[in-house]
Amino acid sequence: MPEIEPSSDVSSKTAQGTTRRSFYTAFIYGIWGVITAALAVPAGLYLLLPPAIRKESEWIDASDLGSIPPGVPTEISFQHKRIDGWKVTSEKTTAWIVRPDEGDKVTAFAPQCTHLGCAYHWEERNHSFVCPCHASEFSIQGQVLGGPAPRPLDRYEVKVEAGRIKIGSLEPHA
Amino acid sequence: MRELIDWLEHRTGIETAVKSFLYEEIPASSGWPQIMGSMALFFFMIQGVTGILLAFNYAPTPGEAYNSLRYIMTEVTGGRLIRGLHHWGASMMIVVVVLHMLQVFLFGAYKKPREATWMMGVILLLVTLAFGLTGYLLPWDNRAYWGTVVTTQIAAGAPGAGPYLVRLLGGEGVGVVTFARFFAAHVVLLPPLTLLLIAVHVYLVRKHGVAPAAVETAPRKKFYPQQVYKDTVGFFVAFIILFLMAVFVQVPLEKLADPTDTNYIPRPEWYFLFLFQLLKSFKGPLEIVGSTLLPGLAILVLFCIPLIDREPMVRLGKRVFAMAFAALALVGWGGLTAEAIMTTPPNPGGRAAGFDSSQLRDWQKLTPEELSGLTYFRSENCVACHPGARKKGTGPDLTQMPDNHRNVAWMVSHFKAPDEVVPGSAMPAVRLRDSELNALSLFVLKLTPENEEDLLRAPTEAVKGANIYRESHCSACHQLQGAGIKIGPPLDGVGDRHNRQWLEQHFKDPRSLSPKSKMPAYKFDEAQMDAICAYLLQMP
Repeated sequence: MPEIEPSSDVSSKTAQGTTRRSFYTAFIYGIWGVITAALAVPAGLYLLLPPAIRKESEWIDASDLGSIPPGVPTEISFQHKRIDGWKVTSEKTTAWIVRPDEGDKVTAFAPQCTHLGCAYHWEERNHSFVCPCHASEFSIQGQVLGGPAPRPLDRYEVKVEAGRIKIGSLEPHA
Repeated sequence: MRELIDWLEHRTGIETAVKSFLYEEIPASSGWPQIMGSMALFFFMIQGVTGILLAFNYAPTPGEAYNSLRYIMTEVTGGRLIRGLHHWGASMMIVVVVLHMLQVFLFGAYKKPREATWMMGVILLLVTLAFGLTGYLLPWDNRAYWGTVVTTQIAAGAPGAGPYLVRLLGGEGVGVVTFARFFAAHVVLLPPLTLLLIAVHVYLVRKHGVAPAAVETAPRKKFYPQQVYKDTVGFFVAFIILFLMAVFVQVPLEKLADPTDTNYIPRPEWYFLFLFQLLKSFKGPLEIVGSTLLPGLAILVLFCIPLIDREPMVRLGKRVFAMAFAALALVGWGGLTAEAIMTTPPNPGGRAAGFDSSQLRDWQKLTPEELSGLTYFRSENCVACHPGARKKGTGPDLTQMPDNHRNVAWMVSHFKAPDEVVPGSAMPAVRLRDSELNALSLFVLKLTPENEEDLLRAPTEAVKGANIYRESHCSACHQLQGAGIKIGPPLDGVGDRHNRQWLEQHFKDPRSLSPKSKMPAYKFDEAQMDAICAYLLQMP
């Protein structure tokens, strides 16, 4: 609000009156500023900061390593807990598992294209993951080969224990 | 800047409007007492802002409402603060509105030509109370649910209108429809209605001007900046109080509403307590006097005050009758409220949901029977051969028993004849009664590597108390830590409600403290009494 100077206030013409008046004005604007900030800052944090994270999600027993053929990306489905605000729901989701020809250091890709979230699939012919929406293409390591995808495929944390594939949370993408 | 203002002024006339608002002339006598109206508006704005913020994370259906509010309070950044501001802001708004009304009343500012301003103010008071009443249900905890059950029952008892009011409030019982109605009233209906009423109220104040004193000696002055400064001081002080309360005073969020919880003693928010108490004074067919007739009459009188008192303005000091009337009303209100607070016992299980169970010691999480098993774990010196997960002993680690041993039947038969169940076992038979072996088994089955250390260190008195609890079959009528039958009141957190002396007296002669109690008297000796009280008082 613009500071408004009085035009007809005779009493404020004296020096003392002016000082008192400017004190009043400064006080009013100052305190209103403080109160607004005391509400706006918590409101901003409330709306913009992510909520405190509940207990880290545990490893989900997703599949048997033996059922994944080496060298061929395979889509597996498993149940995971989705935390959505105050709701925790158990829902089915999938991951593309790539098992190397040797060893058991598997990779698990999240099933959405990093462009606009369409479900992609493995094209054995091109030996790449292809997204049907805008023809993004990813290598078997998840690197972008073509199309509009802005970054490599997202990965889940994954480990193999006693021949079982355990899937953790999504790795933060670089 | 000047150019922008000029441009806006030319297009909208905003500068003229603001100036005429700020430079309105007010009587020279206006000062601190007159800030209450602005304060009420200030609190309405705070409630609006915090209410909108809460709505961004709130699911308005029973059950979900509770979960989402819990989410706001425990997980959303700043959520506890925002809810604190809204909760305590409501109480402070009531205080400020009443103070505003009191000031106008005492100064006689309702007199001609300001009668309509007063009446509009009384309607605003009712709207403010309606906000409080409808908002009370929205957390959908026990407090909300049971408080609203009483409210709807009162409405149902209103002569003539009762059945229609019940339909309006969503039918018999408090359920999803009532909840939807209260939510809609609180969030959709009341806010715009209040804005409209405030606009009319302020328009009327402006039309007639701020009420002058009986004799004004000095010339009139401007609203801005001196009076605005005083208003601002008021806002600031009130806001600091509100903020401190929001930060430091716990906002209640009790257990999820439980319509089967017959132990719950409903009570309304503090500003409705006097009505709640008034109601108790009228029994049987006279009940409607306390529930509807008297409050209705009081509102009518309040509304009609400017029509009843039509004397011209006099100095405040001469308004002896008005002051006596206000004092009487305040004393009556205060007395009823105090009486209500003093005569309503605290609630069983009234613990806030924010209660942090991670603060509990592990032994406090066991049922009485499980904990009583520790008595025998100690008396049989089990620890000599089973020293715990971190040390090597003759016997196996009890926290790592195979699954097929993890049942009471297997354990008891193993205790009775160890080597018959586990060939080659070097363990001596445990010579105890079946009920004691049961308790011991239950305790051993609770051991984990994480809780073992804490469990084995449980205080002797408490363990002894738990054993007395089991031997006296307390769980045949009481629940504690989720175990037992609910005939009598649950004993969780009994120490929050009663002290040692009370418990002792209650054991000796239950009916001396709870006249309707069906509990038999228990003749414990001194040591037993010490133990059982120590145990009960320590259980959360």
